[in-house]
Amino acid sequence: MTTRQFGQPVQRREDPRLLTGGGRYLDDLGHTAYEAAFVRSPHAHARIVDIDTDDAIDVDGVIAIYTHEDLPGIIGEPLPLLIPHPALTQARTGYALAKDEVNHVGEAVVMVVATNRYVAEDAVERIRVSYERLPAVVGIEAARDGSQTVHDEYDDNVSAHLLQEVGDVEAALAAAPHTLTLDLEIERSACQPLEGKGVLAQWNSDDESLRIYSSTQTSTGVRAAVAAKLGLPLAKVECIAPDVGGGFGVKIMHPWPEEVLVPWAARNLDHDVKWTEDRREHFISSSHERGQLQQVTVGFDDEGRLLALDVKFWHDNGAYTPYGIIVPIITATQLLGPYKPGTYRVEFWSLFTNTVLVTPYRGAGRPQGCFAMERTMDAIARYLEIDRAEVRARNFILPEEMPYDHGLMFQDGRPLKYDSGDFPASLAKLKELVGWDDFADYRAAAEAEGRKVGLGIGCYVEGTGVGPYEGGHIHVETDGRVNVATGLTTQGQGHQTALAQIVADELGVPFENVHVTTGDTRRMAYAVGTFASRAAVMSGNAVALAARVVKAKALRIAADALEVSPDDLEIENGVISVKGAPGNSIDIGTVAVMSNPLRYAFDEAAKKATQFAGTFDPDKPPVGDDEEPGLEGQDFYSPTQATFANGMHAAIVETDPQTAEITILRYCVIHDCGNMINPLIVEGQIHGGVAQGVGGALYERMVYDDSGQLLNASFMDFLMPYASEVPHVEADHLETPSPLNPLGIKGAGEAGTIPVSAVIASAIEDAEGFPITAMPISPSELWTLRRAHA
Amino acid sequence: MTELSDLSPLRAGAAALADNLLTDELHEVTVNVNGAAHTRTVPARRLLSDFLRHDLRLTGTHVGCEHGVCGACTVLVDGAPARACLMFAVQAQSHEVTTVEGLGSSADSMNHVQQAFAECHGLQCGFCTPGFITTITSFLEENPDPTEEEAREVVSGNLCRCTGYQNIVKSVLRAAELKREAGEPA
Amino acid sequence: MKPGPFRYLAPTTLEEAVRALGEHPDAKVLAGGQSLIPVLSMRLARPTHLVDLAGIAGLGEVEVSDEWVRVGALVTHARLLADEDGYAALPLLRQALRNVAHPAIRNRGTTVGSIAHADAAGEMPSILAITDGVVEAFGPQGRREIPASEFFAGALETTLAHDEVIEAVRFGRFPGGTTTAFLESARRKGDYAMAGVAVALTVDESGQITSARASFVSVTDVPGVLDLTGALAGRIPTDVDWSVIDDAVQDHIEPEADIHVSAEYRAHLAGELARRAFAQAAATHPGGNS
Repeated sequence: MTTRQFGQPVQRREDPRLLTGGGRYLDDLGHTAYEAAFVRSPHAHARIVDIDTDDAIDVDGVIAIYTHEDLPGIIGEPLPLLIPHPALTQARTGYALAKDEVNHVGEAVVMVVATNRYVAEDAVERIRVSYERLPAVVGIEAARDGSQTVHDEYDDNVSAHLLQEVGDVEAALAAAPHTLTLDLEIERSACQPLEGKGVLAQWNSDDESLRIYSSTQTSTGVRAAVAAKLGLPLAKVECIAPDVGGGFGVKIMHPWPEEVLVPWAARNLDHDVKWTEDRREHFISSSHERGQLQQVTVGFDDEGRLLALDVKFWHDNGAYTPYGIIVPIITATQLLGPYKPGTYRVEFWSLFTNTVLVTPYRGAGRPQGCFAMERTMDAIARYLEIDRAEVRARNFILPEEMPYDHGLMFQDGRPLKYDSGDFPASLAKLKELVGWDDFADYRAAAEAEGRKVGLGIGCYVEGTGVGPYEGGHIHVETDGRVNVATGLTTQGQGHQTALAQIVADELGVPFENVHVTTGDTRRMAYAVGTFASRAAVMSGNAVALAARVVKAKALRIAADALEVSPDDLEIENGVISVKGAPGNSIDIGTVAVMSNPLRYAFDEAAKKATQFAGTFDPDKPPVGDDEEPGLEGQDFYSPTQATFANGMHAAIVETDPQTAEITILRYCVIHDCGNMINPLIVEGQIHGGVAQGVGGALYERMVYDDSGQLLNASFMDFLMPYASEVPHVEADHLETPSPLNPLGIKGAGEAGTIPVSAVIASAIEDAEGFPITAMPISPSELWTLRRAHA
Repeated sequence: MTELSDLSPLRAGAAALADNLLTDELHEVTVNVNGAAHTRTVPARRLLSDFLRHDLRLTGTHVGCEHGVCGACTVLVDGAPARACLMFAVQAQSHEVTTVEGLGSSADSMNHVQQAFAECHGLQCGFCTPGFITTITSFLEENPDPTEEEAREVVSGNLCRCTGYQNIVKSVLRAAELKREAGEPA
Repeated sequence: MKPGPFRYLAPTTLEEAVRALGEHPDAKVLAGGQSLIPVLSMRLARPTHLVDLAGIAGLGEVEVSDEWVRVGALVTHARLLADEDGYAALPLLRQALRNVAHPAIRNRGTTVGSIAHADAAGEMPSILAITDGVVEAFGPQGRREIPASEFFAGALETTLAHDEVIEAVRFGRFPGGTTTAFLESARRKGDYAMAGVAVALTVDESGQITSARASFVSVTDVPGVLDLTGALAGRIPTDVDWSVIDDAVQDHIEPEADIHVSAEYRAHLAGELARRAFAQAAATHPGGNS
C-alpha cells in the first residue's frame, strides 16, 4: 500500500533548486534587456507644470524617455478600477505616468529606458520637473476633516461609505445593562517582500506577440490587463510568474503602472525591457495597509455577553482606490471573529490621503478588526472583573450552531456564513498550552524578582478560499510523468509540493512523478490569483477534481484494454490493476500511449499507438465520441462561499520596569485550518505570519511627516524584525474539516498574522494595568503612557 | 501654499559634476569566484552584487535592499560573510568570493547547511535564503556546536519575511549536526 | 538604487592618497565602505573620486603597548573584536564592538572608518572619547595627532582636513583597578542605539573609587566624556546608589527625538543605562558581587 501523501510533512520539492542558486526570480531573467527607471514625485500633492528632459537625453546609453504625453490612447487613460462596489461612489485610480497632477510621493512621472539601470538612474537625475505644490492631506484625521481634498473633483475625501446592520443596535444598546466605548488606532505597515516587484517584457515583432514575466500574485490578471491596455488579442499575450520572492498581498494588486509601461516600451522599442523595483521604490510607489481609526461602542449583560456591537471606523485608502474597498469590507465583517454580537452595526468611511495607496497586506483588514473586537473583549472583562478567556467563551458561536450565518455580506459579495469550527475546544487547548490558569503564580514569581509580565489573548476567524474559481489541468505523459498546472501563482507557499501530494493520492501515482506548474498562462489560462489564503483551498480542490477526471479516463481506457469493468480496477503507484488480481495490470504510461492514437511513431512507446500496431478496435473510431485524445483532463473548483478557518493566540510579554522595553517571552498558537495537506508547510506559514504580526505590533510603521514625505523609506528605519526580535512560536492544531470542499481544507496563509497586535496589546495591558488602545507600540510610547497613567 | 519649486536635492550636486564624469571609466577586474578566476571589464561603480549576478550570471546572490540591511546578497569574501551590495567589484580584485552556487550547486551536491534547510523547511520563497546559507556556512566553520541562542544570533543580521526564522534557527542546529556527522574538517 | 559615476583611485602609499584628496575637492576616502556605499547607492552623496585605502600597506595592524591599543585604518570591527591582546588590554573595545551592527557589516566596516564618520549614534566614537584616544592623521605636511576631545566637531563633523586621512587611532588604556561596561538599547539588535553608554570605573587598592567616567551614544552631538569622579571619589562602588549620577548625566546629554523615540524617553533611557552600566562595572570589581 502506498503511503497517503495528504497530511504528511513531506519535504518540499522546490527546495534543492532554491537552495543552490537555481531559483529564477524576475531580475535573474533578461540579462540583455534594456532597463527602466522612473522619475517619481518628490511631492505628496502637486500640479506638474513642466518636464524638461533635455539634459537626460544626452546621457550615454539612454534609449527612450517617456512622459504622460507620450502615452497613446488607452495607455494614457486611468488604470482600471479592479473591484467596483456600489458604495465606492468616489473612486479614483492613477495613471501609468502622472497626468497633470501627482497625489503621493513616489508616483511615477517620467519613464527612462536605458542600456542598464545605472545609466537609467543617471538620466533620471538629470530630468527636471517643475511642480506647483498643493496642500497635502496626510493622516486619517486630516482626511476626515476634509478641509483640504486629495482630488479636486470631490468635495470631501470619502471614497466610500458603507453601513451594515443586523438587528436593532440602538434599541439593544439602550437596553443593555452596561456599555463601554473604545477609541482605537492601528498604523500603517506594508508587505515588504524581500524581492520587490519587477517586470520583464519580450516583444516578438515577427509574430506580434508579447511575453511578460512579472513578479506578481496573478499572472492571468496581468495578462488580461496588459492585453486590454495595449489593444492586443489575449491570444498574443502570455504572462508568467517566475519564482517570486514573497508577495504578502502587494503583488495581487495589478496592473501596476510598470506592468503596463514596460510591455508597451518593449513593443515600442522592439527590444526586451525590464524594470526591477528597488527598495526605495517599493516603499514609496507600491502599497501599504492597516491604517485605521476605530470607535467601538458595546452593550453587554452582567455575564459579559454581547447585546450590541456598534462599530465605526475610518480607513486610510491612500491616494487611489484601484483595489476598491476590499480591505475595509473585510475589517467590517471579520471583526466579529468567533463571537455572536447580539446585534451588530458597522459603518466605515474609506478616505483618500496623499500617501501611497492601500491594498491588502497579509491579513487584509482582519488584524484591525481583530484588534477592535479583542480590545473590546478585554475591556468587558476588565469592567466586570471576569477572566478574559471566560468572557470570550461566553460569547462563542458553538459547534452545534454551525453553519452560522451572521447576516452580513462578505468580501466576495456572498453571505458571511461560517461553515465549521470548534471554538471552545480551541480555547481549551490554548489555555492548556500557555498555562492560562497558572499564570497568577507565574506573575507572582516574576514580581518577586522585580519583573513585570503580562498575559494576552486573541481569537480570530478568517474567511479563506474565496472564489470565484481556480482550475487544475493534468496531463499524463507516456513515461508516466504527471504534469499538473494551475493558474494561480506561488510566492513561497510550496505549491509544487502540496499540490503534488494531492494529485499523487487522487491519481494513484508516485509523488516523485508529479510536476506542478503555477502562474503560467501558457499552461492554464483561467485563474484568479494567490491571495486571501485561497491557494490550497481553491487549487488544491481543483487539482483533486482534475485528477479524478483523469483517473476516470485512465480507468476507462485500461478497462477496455484489460477487458474488465472500470469499477473492477484500482490505481496504485502508477499501475492500474484488477482488484484482487494484481498480475492483470497496465501502467499509466501505457494508458497514456493508448489514449492518443497516432499515425506517426516518434519513439518506442509511440509505436504501440500507431495504426498498424493492432492496439485499437477497428470497428470503433480511434477517438470515441465522448473522448478527447491524450490522458489529460481538467476541472475547476468554484465554491458557493468562503470557508472559515480560525485560531487563538496567547502570549506572555515582559516589560522592563525602567526602560519600558517589551520582550515576548512565550507565544502560543492554536490553529484550525481543517485538514492539513502538509503540516510542515502549515507550521511554516504560521511562524511567518506571527513574525509579520510581531513586526506590526512592536516595530513597523510608516512615518509620514505633515507634508507627506515618508521619513523611513528604508530597511534601516522601517524596522522589520530580525530573528533577534521574533519569539519562538509554540503551535498546536485542531483539524475541523470544512464541509464545503472535497478535501475538507481551509486556508492557512494569513492566519498567523491576524491576532498578533491584539494579543500583544492584551499582554502589555495586563502587565501594565492601563489600556493599550493604539498599535504598534514602542518602548518610547509605552514609557510615555506610563507617565500619563502614573 | 502655492509655490513653484524645482525640487530634486540631488540635482545641484549632479550638475556640479564635471562633464567627463558623465561616462564611466572602465576597470579590468579579476575576482576568484567559487574557485575560478573571472575577469571582466566593469565601471568603478559596478556593485559586487551586480557583477556576480549580471556579469558572471551567478544569480543565486539576491538583492533585497541595496543598502546593506537585509543580508540577501551576503557572500563570503575570503571566507567571511560580507554584503555584496556594499562592495564595488573593483574592491574584490584578487579576492576570493564564494556564492551560494559555490557551496553546492545541485540537489546532489548540497552542503550541510543547504541540506538542513531542505529538511527543516528553513525557506519559503527562497529569496533571502542564499544570504543565510553563506552566513551560516561560514559561522559553523568556527562554531561547530552552537547553542540555540548562538544559532539565533548568527542569523540575526539577515531579514526573512516568510519563515519567522524558527525553522532557520532549527536548520542551523541541524546543519551543525550534519557537519559533525560527516566529520568534515573544521 | 545604483551609485552615480565616479573615478576610482587605488593609491599604494599614504602620500599618494593624500595627494589625490588634495587634487580633488569632491573626493572621498573609501575603506570598508559600509556607511559610504549605501549613501552612494541612494545618491545622497556624489563624490567625483573615491580614494580606496585598501592597497596601502601597514594599515591593517592592531598594536598593544602599555598605554595604548593602536588600531590601523584598515582594521575591521571583526578583526578588532577578535583580537585577544586588544581585549586583554582594553576589554571595553570588545564590550562595545559586539554592539556594532551585524557580523557581516563588521567583517568589512573599519573601526577607524566609523570614527572618521563621527556619527554620534556610532559606538566607537564614544569609546575613543572615554579612553582619551588619539587620532593619528596623515596629511600633506606629514603626521599629526588629534586628541579625541579636539577631533569630533559636530554631528558627522570632525577637525580632519579634507586632504588628511586617518592612519590609525589609539585608544588609551585604563589604569589598573579599572572595570568597564558598555550598554546600549536599540529598537532591533544591531540597529543604531536609541541610547548607549560606555563607563569606566577605577578604584584604588582599598577599593575606593578614584575615577568614574562615562561617554554616551546617540544622546550627544559629539561624543564627550562625563567625569563623575568628583561626586564619587572615595566611595566603595558596590555601596553606591547609582541614582546619584542622574542629574550629572541629564546635564551632560542633549537628546533629540527621532521617528523611533521621543527626546524625553531617550534622556530617561540614557540615565537608566548609565546607572546599570556603572552598577555592572562596580559588580565586576574584585569584591563586587557579580
